[in-house]
Amino acid sequence: MSRSRALVVSALLIGQSGTTYAETPMSYWHTYGPAGYPLTQLGWGLGIISIVVSAVIAVLLLGAMSHERSRAADDTQLAVGREGGGMGWIYIGTGITTVVLIGCMGWTLLTSASVVRPPSTPALTVQVTASQWWWGLMYTSADPSRTFITANEIHVPVGQPVRFEVASADVIHSFWVPQLGGKMDVIPGQTNVTWLQADKPGVYRGQCAEFCGTEHARMALVLIADTPEDFRAWQDDQLRDTPIAASAQARAGQRVFQAHCAVCHTIRGSDAAGIVGPDLSHLMTRRTLAAGLLANTPGNLAGWIADSQSLKPGASMPDHLVSGADLTAVVDYLKTLQ
Amino acid sequence: MVEVAVSRTTLPVGSEAHHASGWWGMLTVIATEATLFAYLLFSYFYIASHAQGAWPPHGMPKLSLAIPCTILLVAGSYTMWWAERGIERGKPVQLMIGIALSLALGLAFMALEGMEWAGEPFHLTTGVYSSLFFTITGFHLAHVAVGLLVLAVLFLWTALGYFDANRHSAVSIGVLYWHFITIVWLAVFFTFYIAPRL
Amino acid sequence: MSDVETFRAPIIARATDQSQSSHILKRSWEGPGGIAGWLSTVDHKEIGKRYLITAFLFLIIGGLEAAIMRAQLAQPNEHLLTPEQYAQLFTMHGVTMIFLYALPVLSGFSNYLWPLLLGSRDMAFPRLNALSYWVFLFSGIFLYVSFSLGSAPDDGWFNYVPYSARAFNPGINIDVYALGMVLLGISTTVGAINFIVTLLRLRAPGMSINRVPILIWGTLTASVGNLFAVPAVSLAFFMLWMDRQFGTHFFDASAGGQPLLWQHLFWMFGHPWVYAIVLPAMGIVSDGLPTFCRRPLVGYTPVALATVSTMALGFGVWVHHMFATGLPIMAVSYFSAASMIIVIPSSVAVFSWIATIWTGRPVFTSAFLFFAGFVLLFVIGGVSGFMTAAVPVDLQLTQTYFIVAHLHYVLIGINVFPVVGGIFYWFPKFTGRLMNETLGKWTFWVMFIGFNVGFFPMHILGLAGMPRRIYTYAEGLGWGPLNLIVTLGSYLFAIGVLLFVVNVFVSLKRGQRAGDNPWDGASLEWSTSSPPPVYNFAVIPTVASRYPLWEGRLNQGDDRSSTQQGFLLDKGRETIGTTSLDAEPDVILKMPSNTYAPLLLGVALAVLFIGALLHSWWLLGAAVVVSLLASIAWLWPERALSQIET
Repeated sequence: MSRSRALVVSALLIGQSGTTYAETPMSYWHTYGPAGYPLTQLGWGLGIISIVVSAVIAVLLLGAMSHERSRAADDTQLAVGREGGGMGWIYIGTGITTVVLIGCMGWTLLTSASVVRPPSTPALTVQVTASQWWWGLMYTSADPSRTFITANEIHVPVGQPVRFEVASADVIHSFWVPQLGGKMDVIPGQTNVTWLQADKPGVYRGQCAEFCGTEHARMALVLIADTPEDFRAWQDDQLRDTPIAASAQARAGQRVFQAHCAVCHTIRGSDAAGIVGPDLSHLMTRRTLAAGLLANTPGNLAGWIADSQSLKPGASMPDHLVSGADLTAVVDYLKTLQ
Repeated sequence: MVEVAVSRTTLPVGSEAHHASGWWGMLTVIATEATLFAYLLFSYFYIASHAQGAWPPHGMPKLSLAIPCTILLVAGSYTMWWAERGIERGKPVQLMIGIALSLALGLAFMALEGMEWAGEPFHLTTGVYSSLFFTITGFHLAHVAVGLLVLAVLFLWTALGYFDANRHSAVSIGVLYWHFITIVWLAVFFTFYIAPRL
Repeated sequence: MSDVETFRAPIIARATDQSQSSHILKRSWEGPGGIAGWLSTVDHKEIGKRYLITAFLFLIIGGLEAAIMRAQLAQPNEHLLTPEQYAQLFTMHGVTMIFLYALPVLSGFSNYLWPLLLGSRDMAFPRLNALSYWVFLFSGIFLYVSFSLGSAPDDGWFNYVPYSARAFNPGINIDVYALGMVLLGISTTVGAINFIVTLLRLRAPGMSINRVPILIWGTLTASVGNLFAVPAVSLAFFMLWMDRQFGTHFFDASAGGQPLLWQHLFWMFGHPWVYAIVLPAMGIVSDGLPTFCRRPLVGYTPVALATVSTMALGFGVWVHHMFATGLPIMAVSYFSAASMIIVIPSSVAVFSWIATIWTGRPVFTSAFLFFAGFVLLFVIGGVSGFMTAAVPVDLQLTQTYFIVAHLHYVLIGINVFPVVGGIFYWFPKFTGRLMNETLGKWTFWVMFIGFNVGFFPMHILGLAGMPRRIYTYAEGLGWGPLNLIVTLGSYLFAIGVLLFVVNVFVSLKRGQRAGDNPWDGASLEWSTSSPPPVYNFAVIPTVASRYPLWEGRLNQGDDRSSTQQGFLLDKGRETIGTTSLDAEPDVILKMPSNTYAPLLLGVALAVLFIGALLHSWWLLGAAVVVSLLASIAWLWPERALSQIET
């Protein structure tokens, strides 16, 4: 994509993100929930030990090279008269190392135990289906009428654990929202289970963390932690029937959609029921398009539909299917999917 | 050069019994090939432990050909042991007879195994069990084929008069390999035919 | 024709390279010159040099691949490369460095030096030695031909399924990788066999197992490790190739196959492999540092044991590459603990090196600088590994640039730096000339600074959440500035490598002439001329301690090694075979001379794999037949080798 477009997009994306660490939204030196916090603490601890060890060794090395010694009588003189000596270094050095390692092993085990299950029973389970290169999401509920499908943007209620069951539609991926917790690989043939909890409302960025093909680099994830009211409102939005296309332009666009897009995409309440690509039922409630690649604006949407391959080469979304008046119409239609 | 002395110990020269480098080399070959089979059998047990549904998926494998196969190979190991004993006592004829018998037993093994393959209700790509079955027994068969070639060449070299009581390291090395493939078969047999019944 | 001798009481003689007997030895051991000699040589010194040169060529190619990738990543959203091109580059960079450079370069040192260090005239299997080089070369070419077809492997060097399965990767990219790796595995395996049998059988009398140099322990351990590890990866690639060509289901989840089986098999090989590519290099430092510290290594026995135990433990940690795959917490915790325990033998070695420098009297040559710098880089790489050993922390760090930082600190720090130092150290022995020390010191600082500037920031990038194997990244993630620094630092490092290569070429032509022992080293190779005569030793040395050339100056008792008096063994190509532990003479071994059999078999094997790649079964069949015939011809008993009586 052109430089100026990239700048506009990223400015929008930065504007949208609103996380505390807006400058490094994928960093995890601070995390925001009980799935991440013990990891971060242990990470800092081991990191500090590592830095101290490296510094000590550097000092010892420099000292070893530069400390005072008696001069050699001639070039052939050895530094010692016998082979032994110096063993104390090994005993003490290895001894201290062993003690530190055992301590860290214990701390590690305790940390593992503390994150193996959530602090309380998750009220919500999201089934994640990873595909090349987007995330399908199914929100299940005890009440079957409140089950719905969406894609790429996860919402969770703040302060509550959420269970994620991750499965793959094709190859290995990895589900990762660094500011909330560690990764869980997504492996074909099995369903892995993990949990996350966001203690602070906001937008968290995630990204696929296992090489999965050409556009692995562009398989991002947006996770938004809502207050309970906002979460309920978002759920209701997803469950609501899609508005019937009102204007002539929107109806024309729906016809274009049915002809070219419905084979891959679903819009609930219409005849479009394709399952190859992301569910687009409430597309306008999402902040990004193409798995976090573009901000969700009409311009970007048109650009994605017209020429997906120059934005995300190799993506399964074909390009140049729709252009001209048809393109304008279908974008107008999609803009109605609130 | 100034000759200082002649060594008090007399040393053997060249390939003699376990002094031959090839003997040690064959031991390392066996170590690595045994490990290959260990990984093959690991793959079998790993997949079996994750299998959904019945395992083995086509029912218990029949023993009617597998047990004769086992007997043939064990007998073949005995005949090669007897053959080597022959040349150790300076009897190349015993060596040749032993090799010929082992060759025949090995060929019979391959024939029976071929019948087993032909009679299976599945083929290579039916599923993961069949993939494992043909690949693992196939690897073993390939090793037996190489072993038969080794025996044939040893037979030729014996006929050419190359070996005697002092010098027959090629025979010892070949026998090592031959025993190895018998032991591998025992492990493969146990894995496919006995383990599912336990 | 006289009868082949069965027993002999060998002559013990005093001789030097100038003696008449040495002229006889030279005639026996010198092969034909010219192309014929080049193609048929079985001389371990020639083969060692070939390994070194070929490995360095692959290092440079791998470095160019990295340089292109770093240009692509220097800024966000660059378009120098398509995603597929990037995938092929990062894959081949890994394959080249880890398989075509890291082990072969150490094989090069070991092939050249082992007989000289052990007091022998050759390796146990000279022809097999030649074969292992040819097969290595052919497998490297095989892998690289794929680039010219635009179809290099593109799923990373660990090649996870299902992305490497036919359904997702229909071209020949992965087939080239699979078959190339099986072919290379043959080279690695026969090389390992050669080292193991040489160590067990071909040492000088008196060189008991507790007197061999640490490089020997390192290469021996790596070889035993490879014997048990390589079959796992060869099998994995074979099974993948079967899935791809014939539709078997080993890794096919829809038919009961297991994608994780690939990862288990791959890492059961992969983890021991990374120890195989560093333990011999650590041995280079353990043998080189004492020379430049003017004292024996502190703690020979602990270091030797640490070498062996690191490899043994290395077989029990492979799951630490799979912590995020959803395995049960008990299982991963065991591997996490094992991955921490394995730090302990490494710390033994680190403190040994520091103690050797501290209690010694350092001589600040270029080689010494590389060895000292290595110790610090080893520790930094080690602690980043220790951090990832903790499962919960690894769940964040894995598959990010933190791991890229870790692996480069351990591979460049623990393999490349000792290798470069080792070249400065042994260049005079290989060529008879010294490398330029002034340029060498500049090289060290440029490489050391460039490396740290290039790779240290990757730790931070990883902590900032940058995943591995991404061909680009968006603005606004905070990754831009550090990526630019990484690119610039890595280019500075590359300049350092270039300076080193220039030094090699210049020194070959104009380096100061070196005597037998320019560094006053202690081990047996320094008792020969520089370069050594083709027969290595005029008489087989006898060994009485770990530091034969320093015995007069270390008051360790009255036993003395001798390089001037020993078994003559001049009736053709001969060397002494000894018992395994105490190195008592056991047999007079007859060594083969020049032959084309290894080259022929190597070519036949390469053609076999080409046939498999192209599905040309007749070609494959013909190659199998030629391979078998070549093997039989090779093994045909020879009178000259005292394998038959008449």
